[in-house]
Amino acid sequence: MEKTDKKTIHNYMVDFLITDSISAGDDVVLLRLTPADSNVMLRDMGIRPGQFVQVKTPGNATFLRRPISICYVDDATNQLWLLVRDAGNGSRAIMDSPINSVLNIILPLGNGFSIDKSGTSPLLIGGGVGVAPLLMLGAKLKEYGIKPTFLIGAKNRNSILLKNELSDIGETYVSTDDGSYGEKGLVTQNHILSNKFSSIYCCGPLPMMKAVAGIASSDNIFCEVSLENVMGCGIGACLCCVEKTIDGNVCVCKEGPVFNINQLLWHN
Amino acid sequence: MAQLGVKIGSLHLNNPVLTASGTFGYGEEFSDFINLDRLGGFIVKGTTLEPRQGNDYPRMVETPSGMLNAVGLQNKGVDYFIENIYPELTKYTSEIIVNISGSSVEDYAKVAEKLNELPRINAIEVNISCPNVKTGGMAFGTTASGAASVTKAVRNAFGKTVIVKLSPNVTDITEIARAVECEGADAVSLINTLMGMAIDVERQRPYLSTYTGGLSGAAVRPVAVRMVWQVHKAVKIPVIGLGGIMSGRDALEFILAGATAIEVGTANFINPKTTVEIIDYIDDYCQRHGVSDINQLIGII
Repeated sequence: MEKTDKKTIHNYMVDFLITDSISAGDDVVLLRLTPADSNVMLRDMGIRPGQFVQVKTPGNATFLRRPISICYVDDATNQLWLLVRDAGNGSRAIMDSPINSVLNIILPLGNGFSIDKSGTSPLLIGGGVGVAPLLMLGAKLKEYGIKPTFLIGAKNRNSILLKNELSDIGETYVSTDDGSYGEKGLVTQNHILSNKFSSIYCCGPLPMMKAVAGIASSDNIFCEVSLENVMGCGIGACLCCVEKTIDGNVCVCKEGPVFNINQLLWHN
Repeated sequence: MAQLGVKIGSLHLNNPVLTASGTFGYGEEFSDFINLDRLGGFIVKGTTLEPRQGNDYPRMVETPSGMLNAVGLQNKGVDYFIENIYPELTKYTSEIIVNISGSSVEDYAKVAEKLNELPRINAIEVNISCPNVKTGGMAFGTTASGAASVTKAVRNAFGKTVIVKLSPNVTDITEIARAVECEGADAVSLINTLMGMAIDVERQRPYLSTYTGGLSGAAVRPVAVRMVWQVHKAVKIPVIGLGGIMSGRDALEFILAGATAIEVGTANFINPKTTVEIIDYIDDYCQRHGVSDINQLIGII
């Protein structure tokens, strides 16, 4: 698979202190965390957009860790941003962790988005909490002088995530299911898709990613999606989170979570 | 520092801590977290004669203090292992033990024969207890005659240490242990996963694509300790204990019950440093209890 040489990626297990916990919608919290040991520098970890972390749930709320997308890494403040949605006991325990409490985190995991394939006009599509990795991706693209366009899908105006942060980076369009903000309907029905884009990066619910992949294919443009299969270890050891690809069953945690749509059997 | 070395057949381990097959990849996955050379050894994932794609997703669901898995022995086959993975593993000084599986007695023997040629592989663990494959696997491990036939064939094909991994999904595990001892197994390891099932009541569907899977994690530990204790009393060959070991304390439970060595499995997913923390704990424990040699603790219950 065309992915970064794994030897260049290292994993770390680090205790983080929660510095901020900001409600970001009905059932979503944006956590900002910094390593408890201030000598640990996130910028030295080579974190790339689209990678994820495995969080040990506080108070052993769950047996296994919980995988969460890296939303953003702020090198200046040495802060990691995680957008956490209430999806059960594990994520709830993480969301409810008070400021100054410690979370044990393994990072950075998986492969990120292929930034070098973006072309000059990438479209970044996020559904629900799936917008999380698009913030760091958009920021990196902007750093490289590329202007990203964002398209966010949400249930309603109260559940639109990271709208302000994304708008600071590029043009941001919104589709809501009930039309309470932006255009009514699915992201795939948004008028912006009639524009020409050089690439599409997408993270969100599976039906949305499948529909987006279909559009990218028919326009014959580069498209990557980020999958969130149920994971055990997060480092490619347990072989639980497999996805069917043209190369057989592969671990989403190690070979993904970002895949080119042409690798995925559900698209081929 | 206490003497932590133990002997399993002709295999000398620097300490009793091993990793359970299928939970430790090929070791490399953990090299950012621990120094692999500190382990007594590591048991790499289940290897079969032909490549296997394993079962369909979903293969895993978390359960109270544990998890059910139905991976189904996904691996690239023994020839791929020998050509591509084994050369990478030889850089480590720890013992490398290969777990093997098959759908027929002949398969097991062929895999064992191929591995016998590798100078750094001093032991194999024979999996007659995988609950997640349709043919072979656990089918051999649930009858004394089946277990004996696989052990006999592997014994003839492999000249070094043969460890047979037993299934807990039987009425009397000591009967199976005695059968494999009779056919020349150098050691037994137990327990493999307990067959279980979990259902998503909202969707009214089983969580796993295969409906049933193997239960592992802290939840199975008391069952495993009991079986290790029983088997230790029933056979003369060394017993390797595993099943829900999450800490050094848990490891000692198995050693006191009769395990000469232990394997750390599911705990690796939660804390990838568990193995080395256990080694440190055992050393500290021996000092606290005035024990100069770990062998003095084995099976004292």
